[in-house]
Amino acid sequence: MLRFIAARLVQSLIALAIVSVVVFVLARATGDPLYLILPMSASQEDFDNARRYLGLDRPYVEQYLSFVGRAVTGDFGVSLRARRPVSELIRERLPNSLKLAAFAMGVSLAMAFPLGIMAAVKKGTGLDRAAQVVSVLGQSLPTFWVAILLVEFVAGRLQWLPAGGIAGFSSYVLPGFTLGWFVVAGLMRLLRSGMLEVLDSEYVKLARVKGVAERRVIWLHALRNALIPVVTFAGIYFAILVTTAIVVETVFAWPGIGRLAYEGISSRDFPVIQAVVLTTAAIVAVVNLCVDCLYAWIDPRIRYAR
Amino acid sequence: MPADPAAVAVPEIEAPAIASRGWRLPVFPVGVIGLFLLLALVAPLLSLADPHEQSLRNRFTPPVWEERGSWKHPLGTDRLGRDMLSRIVWGSRVSLTAGVLTVLLASAFGAAVGLTAGYYGGRVDAVLMRVTDATMSFPVILLALILAVTVGPSFTNVIVAIAVILWARYARVIRGQVLTLMQLDFIAQARIAGAGGWRIITRHLLPNTLGTLLVLVTLQIGYVIIVEASLSFLGAGIPPPTPAWGSMIAEGRDVVTSAWWVSLFPGLTILFVVLAFNLLGDWLRDTFDPKLRQL
Repeated sequence: MLRFIAARLVQSLIALAIVSVVVFVLARATGDPLYLILPMSASQEDFDNARRYLGLDRPYVEQYLSFVGRAVTGDFGVSLRARRPVSELIRERLPNSLKLAAFAMGVSLAMAFPLGIMAAVKKGTGLDRAAQVVSVLGQSLPTFWVAILLVEFVAGRLQWLPAGGIAGFSSYVLPGFTLGWFVVAGLMRLLRSGMLEVLDSEYVKLARVKGVAERRVIWLHALRNALIPVVTFAGIYFAILVTTAIVVETVFAWPGIGRLAYEGISSRDFPVIQAVVLTTAAIVAVVNLCVDCLYAWIDPRIRYAR
Repeated sequence: MPADPAAVAVPEIEAPAIASRGWRLPVFPVGVIGLFLLLALVAPLLSLADPHEQSLRNRFTPPVWEERGSWKHPLGTDRLGRDMLSRIVWGSRVSLTAGVLTVLLASAFGAAVGLTAGYYGGRVDAVLMRVTDATMSFPVILLALILAVTVGPSFTNVIVAIAVILWARYARVIRGQVLTLMQLDFIAQARIAGAGGWRIITRHLLPNTLGTLLVLVTLQIGYVIIVEASLSFLGAGIPPPTPAWGSMIAEGRDVVTSAWWVSLFPGLTILFVVLAFNLLGDWLRDTFDPKLRQL
């Protein structure tokens, strides 16, 4: 098991290194940021000074190495726009994004579990079809449109919930629901097919023959084993959640890193862009690592496969 | 003896259980997709209003069933007095082309990577899969936003930005399938018969992954349409004045209360089209390969 974790950890680090190179190249390709920070009247000398001060005059390889060296210690430089350390901005915004993601995850699990199990148990009935429609609908609605409608009607006209920003629990409801519903479909489908497969298996039949109550069969015997494929999906699920969060955060004026990235890109603030992309990639990598380890722990065949 | 020894080993691709299940195309998805494909194709032939023509006197005309509506603009007009119906029809060209092109690019590249990695294994596999992992941890929308700022928003950039990330899904799924196929006898037989890597990949592995590809492609078109619309909404997608559903919603955002039709109709259009692709993808998966749960 330790060997497996070590090998998997090295793989994640390599993936992160690739992302860091790409991010570095892309950030340098977004044009000269000096035109945005310096006033129109700046002289050539001002430009040279600023460039030297920010270290933008050094060779690219050197810039990259010093960027990686500092990034490893959590130092992403100073935001060109906010004139504050990027690590500070990230530390300020990241918890908000994580809280929103956690809430959205809660919403999607709370929807996917009852729907998936109900659809499997009542396979082929109207309930099954209804559950599938609810989940596919979530996947088909453009999140930003749902966000606009919710802001307008639930927050604006009915005044039930806050329209944007972050102030107490009630502000989580709209963005969390928008984000959560979008990812229900994948989860629900996996649960449904997993349950169907397990409910058809010999040991479930045996449990029924033995006279185990139906409720116990479904929740204890079947669900546990139907969860295994769901675990493997968690990585993809999380990546979709992170991507969609950028749009949702922007519409709901949510002070998270998705919106930070949006602002960073529109002002060519590349220390911020680098930091956000790397942070996101690192989080996705850690989640995938945990998922793989969890899976290897559940199913020993994976450990010995390579 | 056949001229080509490897041909002996070509397996019978298992026919899906179409006949026994009753092969019925789902009406709603096929109808909606067919309708929008047709509209996109014949848009210039329909005698619709010019989607770019502005008329400030007619701005914010409501749809025909409202009090001030008229048959001249059945779905009303937007902020600049442009005909909504015509913009939605023309917008379907943009969205459908973007969706289909992106997915074709991504699936071709992803399948090539997946087939190569799965067939050769070892170092090749390790290198390709690390690149795939790195790609998968990169948020699509961030890359597209960066590209939009770098080279300016354009149709091509949107397609490239999404395809550059999306291929990784195909590579992962196809590689997994190839690994399973490689264990089967027919590959060993093809090898014994003297088939080379190229031949085995194109003649034996690829045909057996086509079903999976088809399902994934259909499901992903919907996702790409949503991503493209999100980008246009954020101002990093198809630049105005080209009618695109995402930017139409953005334009109607500030007037949801007074002119609800400006953002409602494009939103409903996206919903119907994406729903149709998702349902068709689900149906294809259930019909051809119920084991593909993870797609």
